[in-house]
Amino acid sequence: MEYEIKPQNKFSLGLKELWEYRELFYFFTWRDVKVKYKQTVLGFLWAILQPLFMTLVFTVFISDSIVQKTQLAIPYPVFALSGMLLWGIFSGGMSNAANSMVNNANIIKKIYFPRLIIPISAILVALVDFFMAFIIFIILLFIYKVQINYVALLFLPISILITSLASMGCGTLLAALNIKYRDVRYVIPFLVQGLLFLTPVLYPINISKNPVAQFVLKLNPISGSLELMRGMFLGYTINYEIVYISIGSSLFLFVIGIVYFRKTESYFADLA
Amino acid sequence: MKPILEINNISKKFRINHEQQPYLSLRDSISNIFKSAKTTEDFWALKDVSFNVEQGDTVGIIGKNGAGKSTLLKILSKITPPTSGKIVCRGRIASLLEVGTGFHPELSGRENIFMNGSILGMRRNEILKNFDAIVDFASVEKFIDTPIKHYSSGMQLRLAFAVAAFLENEILIIDEVLAVGDAEFQKKCMGKMGDISQSGRTILFVSHNMSSLQSLCSKGILLQKGISEGVTTMSTSVREYLYGNSSLSNGHEIYDQQINSKKKAQILETKILNAQGEITNHINTYEDIYVEITWINNSGEAVNASIELHNYNGKAIMWAADTTIDWFGKNKTQKQKFVSTVKIPGNWLKGDEYFVRPGLYCSAPSALLDIKAHGLHFSLVDPCDEKCIARGNFKETFEPFTHVTALDWTFLIK
Repeated sequence: MEYEIKPQNKFSLGLKELWEYRELFYFFTWRDVKVKYKQTVLGFLWAILQPLFMTLVFTVFISDSIVQKTQLAIPYPVFALSGMLLWGIFSGGMSNAANSMVNNANIIKKIYFPRLIIPISAILVALVDFFMAFIIFIILLFIYKVQINYVALLFLPISILITSLASMGCGTLLAALNIKYRDVRYVIPFLVQGLLFLTPVLYPINISKNPVAQFVLKLNPISGSLELMRGMFLGYTINYEIVYISIGSSLFLFVIGIVYFRKTESYFADLA
Repeated sequence: MKPILEINNISKKFRINHEQQPYLSLRDSISNIFKSAKTTEDFWALKDVSFNVEQGDTVGIIGKNGAGKSTLLKILSKITPPTSGKIVCRGRIASLLEVGTGFHPELSGRENIFMNGSILGMRRNEILKNFDAIVDFASVEKFIDTPIKHYSSGMQLRLAFAVAAFLENEILIIDEVLAVGDAEFQKKCMGKMGDISQSGRTILFVSHNMSSLQSLCSKGILLQKGISEGVTTMSTSVREYLYGNSSLSNGHEIYDQQINSKKKAQILETKILNAQGEITNHINTYEDIYVEITWINNSGEAVNASIELHNYNGKAIMWAADTTIDWFGKNKTQKQKFVSTVKIPGNWLKGDEYFVRPGLYCSAPSALLDIKAHGLHFSLVDPCDEKCIARGNFKETFEPFTHVTALDWTFLIK
C-alpha cells in the first residue's frame, strides 16, 4: 500500500475512502442516538412529543379553517403528523448536521477520517428518530381508521430519500460554513422555524392561490416528498409535477452542499 | 527496500490575524473587503522539512514548544494538509495525538472502546478480537459497563491507552501521550511501546521526556522553528536540543580572555584531564577525572570555584564547590588568577556521557558570578572488567541510576 499526502488540488468525492470507513457511520450514529436520550426520563418519547405537540396545537387552533378552505379529505391530525414527521428528518437532520462539525471539533483536530461521515451520521440520527416516531404515527392511523393505499406505500422510501438528500445538502453546506463563520449557529433555529411555514407541512399545498406562494412551495424539495408520503392515504392524489421538481431541487441542494464541504474540509482542522 | 515514510520538503503556512478575532464572522469578512489587507502575517510552522523513516525505526521528535512538532504530526496524520511538499507513505498510519479521542463521558467503558477504536481506524472484528486484552491492559474489568464520566481520570487514561496499544497499523504516531498517568502505568506504556517497536513496526514519538525518548527511540529529529536537519541518532538530537549544535570540545575550552571589570570574577579556561595530566574526554569509569578551571578574581571579594555535572538527558546530577578557600572565611582570595582543580573519583559515576559546567560562586552574600554552560563534556567508558570494582563485570545498563559507585563493603560469615 502506498499513498501520498500533499496539498489538495484535485476535487474528488472520496467515495472509496468513505466505504473503507463505513463502520464509522454506524458508530457515530449509534453514539449520538445513545447519548441523545441518556439521563432523560422520557427517553425516546421525546422523538415523538415535539411533532405531536405541534400537531395538537394546530389541530385545536386552526385545523378547522385549513380543512374548510382546502377540502382536505383525510383527518387533519393524521395529515399534520405525517408532515411533521417528515419535516423532522429535514429540520432535525439539517440542524444536527450543521452543528456536528463544531461539536466534534476536538475529534476533527486530533484524528483523520473522511469528514463527511460526521454530518451524514447526524442525518442518520434524525432518521432513527423518524422511525421511532413512525410507530406512534401508525397507532394514530388506527385510531382515525385511515384507509391506506398499499401500492403508494412503496413511495415512502423515495420520499424519505428525497428529504434526506435535501437535508444532507443543507446540512453539509451549513456545517462547512459553521466551521468558518460561527454566525451559522444562530441562523439555524431561525431557518428551521421559518422554513417550516414555507413548506406544506401543516397545510396542504393548495392553501394559497398566490403565484409567489405557489412558486416557493413548489420549489421546496420537501413539498414533493410530502406529496409522495401522503400518497399512502387512500383518496389523496399525488401531484407528480411537484414531485419531479422536488427531486431536482433536492439533488441540486445535495450537490451544492457536498461539493462545498469537500472543497473546504481539508482546512477544517485549522479553523475549528 | 524503500523507506516506509518519505517526507519531502514539507512546509506549512499559517496566517496570523493581527486583529483580536477569535472567530471569523460573516460581517467581518464583508467589512474586511473595504479594509487594507495589511492585518495578516504569514507564519511558517514548518519550512522545507525532509527526512526518511525506514521500516521498523523508532524516531523521536524533539523541539521547543512552537517548533512545529505537532504541526508535523498533524500533517503526517492527514488532519491538516501541507502548504507545499509531499509525503509518500508505504503503510497504514495510526495517529495518537491525544489519548481517548472520541471518548464520550455518557457512554460506558465498553461502548467507548468500540467508539474510540473505530475512530482510530480499527475494524469492529479487530476490536472484538482484542476486547478482553484491552480491558485487561487497562484493568477496568469491574467498571466496564459504567459510564466513563464516573471513572477517575487515571482510569480513563488507562482505557484510552489500552485501546491505542492494540492498533495494528504499520506506522504509529504518538504525541506526548505519556505525560499523564501514574509511574506504574507509564512504565507499562513504555514497555508496550517497546514491544511494538520490537515487532518491526514504525513509531514516531514526540515527547519532552528525554530519558523515555532515549530508551525508546534509536533515531531522532530535532525541530527548531520549523526547520529540521533531518534524521540523526536520538542521542545526537538530544544533545543538540539541550546544548545547541556548537561543535563539542575535546575536553578543553578557552573562553573570552577579555577581562570584564563589571564581572566580579570570570572563568577563562577549563580542561578535563586524566590521571596522567593529559587533556581528554574519553576516560574509563575506574579512572579519576580532573577538571581544571582557570579563573580570575576581578573584585578581590570571596569567590569559590564549582562544577556541575549534567547527563545527556539534561538532568543535573551533581554539584560541587570548592569550600577550602573562601568559604567559612578560609584562605582569602585576592584580585588575581587562580587554577582550581577538582578530582572526580573513578568507580563513582556510571559509564555515560557527562556535561561539565564550571562555575564561580560568591559565598557571602551567596550569588552565582559566572557559569559556562556550553558543550564541555566527557564520556565515561565502561570497560566492564576487573578494574571496575563498582560493578564488576555485571552485565547491566543501570538505566535508572546516575551513579554506580564503589563503596566500602564488609561481610561476615555466619
